[in-house]
Amino acid sequence: MAIKFEKKSDGVYTLDCLGYVCPHPQIYTKKILEKINSGEILEVIFDNPSSSESISAMCESSGNEIIEKNKENGKIIFRIKKA
Amino acid sequence: MNEVIAKKKQIWALVIVGFFALISVSTYAYNEYYIYLSAYLWFGFIYGMCLQYGRFCFASAFRDLFAVGVPRMVVGIMISVVLFALVSAFVTATGISTFHSSPVGIHSVIAGFIFGVGMVFAGGCASGSLYKTGEGNGTALLVILSISVTQASFVDIGGWLNKLVPASWHESALAKGLPERINVGDGWIDQYLAGYVWDKPITSFAEMLGFTKETFAGAYIGNVLIGVVLPALVLLIVVFFIWGRKSQMRELAHKMGNISFRDNFSGFRNMIMSSKRTAIAGLVLGIACGLQMFVIEGLRIKFGIRNAGEILQRIGSDFGLSIRGTVFDPGYWYVTTQEAQWVGWGMQKLGWDNMDNIFFGYINGIPNPALNPADWMSLALIAGAAVMALMNNEFKFKKPTRELAVWAITGGALMGIGSRLGLGCNVGAFFVRVANGDPAGWLFGIGMIGGAFIGVKFFNWWTERQMAKELAILDI
Repeated sequence: MAIKFEKKSDGVYTLDCLGYVCPHPQIYTKKILEKINSGEILEVIFDNPSSSESISAMCESSGNEIIEKNKENGKIIFRIKKA
Repeated sequence: MNEVIAKKKQIWALVIVGFFALISVSTYAYNEYYIYLSAYLWFGFIYGMCLQYGRFCFASAFRDLFAVGVPRMVVGIMISVVLFALVSAFVTATGISTFHSSPVGIHSVIAGFIFGVGMVFAGGCASGSLYKTGEGNGTALLVILSISVTQASFVDIGGWLNKLVPASWHESALAKGLPERINVGDGWIDQYLAGYVWDKPITSFAEMLGFTKETFAGAYIGNVLIGVVLPALVLLIVVFFIWGRKSQMRELAHKMGNISFRDNFSGFRNMIMSSKRTAIAGLVLGIACGLQMFVIEGLRIKFGIRNAGEILQRIGSDFGLSIRGTVFDPGYWYVTTQEAQWVGWGMQKLGWDNMDNIFFGYINGIPNPALNPADWMSLALIAGAAVMALMNNEFKFKKPTRELAVWAITGGALMGIGSRLGLGCNVGAFFVRVANGDPAGWLFGIGMIGGAFIGVKFFNWWTERQMAKELAILDI
């Protein structure tokens, strides 16, 4: 199992970090947000609770907007719109 | 369905609490001395709950700062260290502190550096890995195993490593007149400790400023104000201007003219208050750490003892006591030594004679883990974190992948080596020492921050490499 990054549809990407611990989810999220275009959406899927706060704080500081947060059974999904 | 699973997890949380309560009550009923171990246990439990609730991890503090520009955990740690300092200064001033300063030297910086690289690779510091194990994280458990095995081996290895010992260390170590059983001339760590570290000065900020350490002025002005509050404030201001101010600048982009002092002050305050969860955890953690010193010293006075080794003898378990009859009994929060001890105990049972070194044989011993107060604290820390994770539906068993296992073992080994060179980890060598006005704590911290910076550089290179192929396919 490795981190998976895919294009879901036009302007929407998925980053699957399930099973990965700190700092993988937040570092990959940051790097991919730097690569995609403004207005595009990144859907990050992870199950490492502490990455949740780090990604939220990172988005707040960089101006990227988390438009949706979902949590079910330890699996966390953030939809982030690049500023 | 989700509600049913959440309910089941909450029931498991109650079962864990009940189990630990049962251990405390039944062991106390069997012999009142067990209350000493239970005191460690419940403080460990509180630490675990706080760490999980606040995602309190020293690795994430500096790693997230350098890697993703998030200062929230540095803030949490500084809040915690100041509060711990305020409580422990009172304990110091009343003359019942269990804390002893550590020798001050460049070794603390080097040890901190190795530890800092390791904690970034491992994905968590020594205490962070404990609480993440409580969340069901198999990688964190692997980190703990790696720290434990590395330490237990490192403290007893001689052979070819003896050739790397400077002659001056060897001579100085022999001159200490340690018991023959310790065989101080054999073993790298033994000669490092007795021949180098022990020759370094021991001091505190209070003593450096001319105060008597065990006075209120010494404890509060020297140790807390000069040794903790001022450096913490400087660190936070630096963090604010390099990282924290960025988001504030964006919010004030519409404002005409220069950003005023008032704007900066308000931004600084916002940075401090931005993560309520981390701040609350830091607050409770700081107070609990100080209280533990009070409680343990109170119990020592009650039982008329100076070390838990005497408790173990009184309850009929004298296996694994050091040559002086002592075992590791810090009286405050500590993580790595007890991790080395349980592996050391296992090695001894498998036939490895590891009591001929300073770490196990002269100071800490290798008591049965089931009766080791510090082990009770660490196990309860894991349980406390598990309870908090279960209550919040965040508990999930996760097996490490092969890639994560390599990071965990490598990082854990570096943290194990750093811990033994620095005489503690992010908790024992940094957090506790800084809060108690020991300059060696800041030296370890400086090294740890430097190590985290280099660790992040390496990690960035690695992730770029991993991502390059997928990004090329997607043409991004």
